[in-house]
Order: sequence, then structure tokens, then C-alpha cells
Amino acid sequence: MEFLTQVRWSPYAVGIGIGILSWFSFLISRKPLACSTSFAKTSGMIEKLFLGQVVDLRPYYQKIGLAVDWQWMLVLGVIIGSLMSALLSGDFRWQWVPPLWEATFGGNPLLRVLVALVGGGLIGFGARWADGCTSGHGISGTLQLAVSSWISAISFFLGGILTAHIIFAFIG
Amino acid sequence: MPTSKSMDERMQTSVPRKAIAPLLWGLAFGIVFGFMLQKGGATKHDVIVGQLLLTDFTVLKIMLSAVLVGMIGIYAMKTLGWVELYPKSGSAGMNVVGGLIFGVGFAVLGYCPGTIAGAIGNGALDALVGGLAGILIGSGLFAALYPRLNRGILMKGYFGDLTFPRLLKVNDWVIVIPAAMLIFVVLYGLERAGL
Repeated sequence: MEFLTQVRWSPYAVGIGIGILSWFSFLISRKPLACSTSFAKTSGMIEKLFLGQVVDLRPYYQKIGLAVDWQWMLVLGVIIGSLMSALLSGDFRWQWVPPLWEATFGGNPLLRVLVALVGGGLIGFGARWADGCTSGHGISGTLQLAVSSWISAISFFLGGILTAHIIFAFIG
Repeated sequence: MPTSKSMDERMQTSVPRKAIAPLLWGLAFGIVFGFMLQKGGATKHDVIVGQLLLTDFTVLKIMLSAVLVGMIGIYAMKTLGWVELYPKSGSAGMNVVGGLIFGVGFAVLGYCPGTIAGAIGNGALDALVGGLAGILIGSGLFAALYPRLNRGILMKGYFGDLTFPRLLKVNDWVIVIPAAMLIFVVLYGLERAGL
């Protein structure tokens, strides 16, 4: 069982593993692996704590439903699985500023958190706009050869590659 | 009536179990998914930004090998009648515009919705405090604007839940086999180029 305590696996081993995982997800749960809708549900559920039942009536929440479901538990599982992997290999650490960010923009946690907040806002907004993320479109949709997913995945990387170069090569 | 009582009991225990089982499967799939993302390095900001800067191809290698293996298995099971597909409906307005907005956020944040969950499990506090809050706010904002967007840009160039085999009106494997070969060639090329 030594592989469980290794810090890194080959990206191909991980990719093949995720591919096989997706077979079982289709076969057992009749659902593709996906993540981003759960964040929209969580957002709606938090808003509901403050504003009450009226939030349920928003057309978007009528469409997705505000309840803990299969995919919400999947996202919770991702946190737990990653934590288990990191603890087993000794790769877990609390970290405010990622090394590449620190080398480019310095170690100020507040700056990094504010930028992450803005980036997260764009991710949340863009994932709902495109109706999926790097999991739902990028892996599960492309492997089904869905036209919407191939267009989305190419757009994710096009936007991401251009923006990363502007941030880290020009500004940084 | 002892028989009807035992029926009632059985129903009482089977109803919640039926509702909970899918949730437990979701949790189990998530744990395996998160475990593998962390082992692959995809829960790290620097690995994801490295991919977008085209200096570290880990993310693309994970995604393409997952798509290669997943596609062949799922289309084989579809051919056997074991599974059905769930392609998402789309439009140019949704997938190009939304995809580009997502892409900008992808580079600024350095995580995506799946990998940010993994990053939180890995101890990334910028993901937990900044990124997660941002995703919740961005999703909520979209939900508020959805009725207006849905009448306009989201429906521009709508094509529905098409897949490439259906678009081209061919047998699934006419697309699956060349797509698999193409992905294999790209991965082989990445290795040959030392990336």
C-alpha cells in the first residue's frame, strides 16, 4: 500500500483513475462527475437563511433546486478525499499564499485573498453562465463528446491561458 | 395483523435508506475523486497556473487521459445498453461567453470548482477564505440575473444537447475511435516534446 503515502502519482495514473471512476458514476449513480452546481445551491441555501422561502422562488433556484443532493455530497467528498491523501503523504499544510504567487507578487495574504475573491466571483458567475465547469464540461461532457462541453472546455483554457500570461508575464 | 405491520416496518426502514444511498454514493465517488486530484497535484494553485502559463502540463495530461479512458468505457457501455448519456444543452452565447468568463476566473483564482474543494482539503486558506466566498457570490449574482440573461444572450446560437456523433449523423464509434487516437497523439506529442 506504499502508493497511498506517495506525494505524487503520474498524471496518467490519476487520469486513468478518474476515467474509470466516471464509468462507475454513470453505471451506479446514473450521473456524470460534476461540481459547480453545488456551489450555486450552497449560495442559495445561505441566502435562504437570511431572506427565507422567497429565495426558493428565484427561477434559477427553481431550475436547480435548493437541497443537498448527490453532487453536493460529491464536492464534500472531494474535500475529504484530498485531505486524506494529503495527510497520508505528509503533503498537508495550511497556506495563505501559493509559492508561485508569492514569488511574483509577494507574501501579503490580504492581497492574495482579495484576488482569489475576485477570481472566485468570475468562476462562479462563468460556471453558471456556461452551465458547467472543468469537471462537468471539461471531463464529463467532453468524454460524452457533447458539443456544448468541447466549446466550453476550449473557451475555459483560451480565457485562462490569455489571462494567466497577462497576470504573471506582464503585470508580475 | 402481523403481516401488514411488518410491511409497514419494512417500508419505514426502506424509504430513508432509498433516499440516503445516492448521497452516500456521491460522497464515496467524491472521496476517490478528491484523493486522486490531490495525488495528481491538481489541488495546487501553482500546478493549475503552471498549466495556463504552458510551463507545466500536468492538468492537461490528467484531463485528456481521463477523457480517453472515460470516453471509450462509457461509449462501450452505451453500445451494450448499460448506460445512457447526459450531454448538456448549449449555445454559443452560453458556452463561448460563459467559458471565457470562467477562463479569466480560472487564471485569477488558480483553482476551479472541483479543485478548490480539493485545495481546501489540502489546507489552502486563500481557497477557503477568498476563492470559495467568491464562487458563492458569483453564483448568487448569476441566479439573480438569470431571468434577464436567459431571455437574451444565453439563447443566442442555441443548439441543444448535441453530441458530435449526432451532429454528424454517424455511428458513435466513427467519432470515438478517431477522437481517442487524436488524444493519444496529443499526449504522446507532449511526452516527446519533454513537456
